[in-house]
Amino acid sequence: METDGISTHPSRRLFTIAAATTAASWIMTACGPKRLYEAPKDRLRAAIKEMEAKYSASHGKKVTVSDAGPIPGVEFAYALDISRCIGCRRCVYACVAENNQSRDPQIQWIRVMSMEKDKGVDFSHANAYYNPADVPEEGHFYVPVGCQHCENPPCTKVCPTGATWTERDGIVVIDYDWCIGCRYCMAACPYGARHFNWEEPKIPNEEFNPNTHYLGNRPRTKGVVEKCTFCIQRTRAGRYPACVEVCPVGARKFGNLLDKDSEIRYIIEHKRVLVLKEELNTVPRFFYFYAT
Amino acid sequence: MQHESPVNSIRLFGGFARGSLRLIMRGNRTYVLWLAFLATLIVSGILAYSNQVRTGLGLTAMRDQVSWGFYIGNFTFLVGVAAAAVVLVIPAYIYNWKPIREIVIYGELLAISAIMMCLMFVTVDIGRPDRFWHLIPPFGHLNFPSSILAWDVVVLNLYFVVNFVVATHILYRAFHGRHYIKRLVVPLVLLSIPMAVGIHTVTAFLYNGLAARPYWNSSILAPQFLASAFCSGPAILLIMIQVLRRFTRFEIQNEAIWKIAELMAYAMFLNLFLHGAEAFKEFYSNTQHTLYTRYWYFGLGSHHTLVPYAWTAVFCNLLAFGLFIVPKARRNFVTLNIGCLAIYAGVYIEKGMGLIIPGLTPDALGEIYEYYPTLTELRVAAGIFATGFLIFTLMLKVAVPISLGEFRDKEESLEVAELVETR
Repeated sequence: METDGISTHPSRRLFTIAAATTAASWIMTACGPKRLYEAPKDRLRAAIKEMEAKYSASHGKKVTVSDAGPIPGVEFAYALDISRCIGCRRCVYACVAENNQSRDPQIQWIRVMSMEKDKGVDFSHANAYYNPADVPEEGHFYVPVGCQHCENPPCTKVCPTGATWTERDGIVVIDYDWCIGCRYCMAACPYGARHFNWEEPKIPNEEFNPNTHYLGNRPRTKGVVEKCTFCIQRTRAGRYPACVEVCPVGARKFGNLLDKDSEIRYIIEHKRVLVLKEELNTVPRFFYFYAT
Repeated sequence: MQHESPVNSIRLFGGFARGSLRLIMRGNRTYVLWLAFLATLIVSGILAYSNQVRTGLGLTAMRDQVSWGFYIGNFTFLVGVAAAAVVLVIPAYIYNWKPIREIVIYGELLAISAIMMCLMFVTVDIGRPDRFWHLIPPFGHLNFPSSILAWDVVVLNLYFVVNFVVATHILYRAFHGRHYIKRLVVPLVLLSIPMAVGIHTVTAFLYNGLAARPYWNSSILAPQFLASAFCSGPAILLIMIQVLRRFTRFEIQNEAIWKIAELMAYAMFLNLFLHGAEAFKEFYSNTQHTLYTRYWYFGLGSHHTLVPYAWTAVFCNLLAFGLFIVPKARRNFVTLNIGCLAIYAGVYIEKGMGLIIPGLTPDALGEIYEYYPTLTELRVAAGIFATGFLIFTLMLKVAVPISLGEFRDKEESLEVAELVETR
């Protein structure tokens, strides 16, 4: 009853199918779009040319897209002085302008949390929507939170398509062209650092920052995740992140962790330093400290 | 017996396809009305979804704070339904218990429909469905084994293929009056048992592995997932079996129904016990991590959108347990059906909204954003459920007559009629 008669040569047919499949997949992988993570230099350059043409046309000005790679011997780290921060949110808006975050709907990579002095650093009593006439408020201090650029990032681990990873200089980046928008990384991030484009992002052309980086502030589309990149377009060119430059009280410090004489190393070695949610073993490259 | 040369295979399949189509197209008034009802929901769902694709997921109530919602909740629930086919497979194939053996194929068909709904729910949830292929090697890149979502993609699709092959093979062979091929079906069925446990465990690990969300980061999650799945899946089956008995000549023994109900009572006991264990840990230790559980059961401050749902689920689960553990109650079809509905409602609430929303509320920085699904989400979800039920209905429409021996390849039906009887 189970006689399965075979009338054609299975080996020949199998060979044809296998050969066709291999050829098709080779063509698809070789010519099709790919993760920028593994794109060879020449393909990356071609992709960037395309991006520049596309963005220049859509934003009505000449847009440059940098492909600057990590600088050897550099690992970036950030330190924020909790005792100095006054909660003015200038960093939030400088970041929005520099990194082309959508104005409508609003996306902000930095959230400044107002906390009560008698409760300490405690997110269950924090408030991101404080709105007094003047800051700082009596009895409050402020903890700005963005991407912590963890050494052990839970977000990149969970990405099903490998669309987000850590660069050699410690910056955790996203390939906006590869992200499928499943938002698993957002569920995994303990710092609420990742933001989703719930609708098509809107930025007025005159406010658009044309100096971009392919892993940083280039335009995003709806349906993908974005987050702080330590201003990769600036810091890889030897400049400070926008939030560091704008801070009116000098609460924000940035530098190279591998440079013994850097300010960031001085702070870590001489001040009382803490990282957020230390027990989760994410090992942030973002430190909070008390200078006074 | 005919040899399966390609030409003959095509002819055989052609007969099957034409016959199936004829079966699907015909039906009584109830059948037509049921299909029309499903079609209405599907059209409404497609309209809502196309709107969502155009505008973005902003049409849902999900935001950065609560980044997963109704869609992922339904997905999780349906993985449980799919896994529950194993409740029938074990007594049928391992213990060879005849009353259940007759209905096991319907468990497999339910699993197939449930997995298809799961895949649809994931698809409508992602921001860039046009990039779905990024997951599929060699064109895409599947971050395996690092991402548990990658594991889920693999096991769900495998489980789908296994059930699909087994169910269609058995039916197709029966249509031609032949017994299924043992050395194909038996290994696949044996494989489907650990796989059913596997899809649910992997789906639990999806949440379980996130240290950022204390509500999910509890090792009780996977066992509790399995326990609740083994109540909710069979609850649907029991109702379906009775519908079949009512509308077709199909004979299903009461013993099979009562045995399944008994198994459900044990599963529900385990589910309630695990919930109790979790609640004890949370409330007795009373750490900051209790916030999420507290939000679900009592609300936080002025935020208690979900509280009525939480207690409805508790009530339904307790009621169902009571009805199913008492032999008299589970043998009475009124109380049995009340129990089934209660289990379905209870598990649907606790596995859907009750798992996802409190896991993300308050968010990672302590903010409370009260999520409640929008009309778009409800319409899309209803459309997906309708599609799943449509697939299930059409498969039953073909499968039942085959099992009854009413729908069979005419040329062979005479010589092998008795063969099927002995199966």
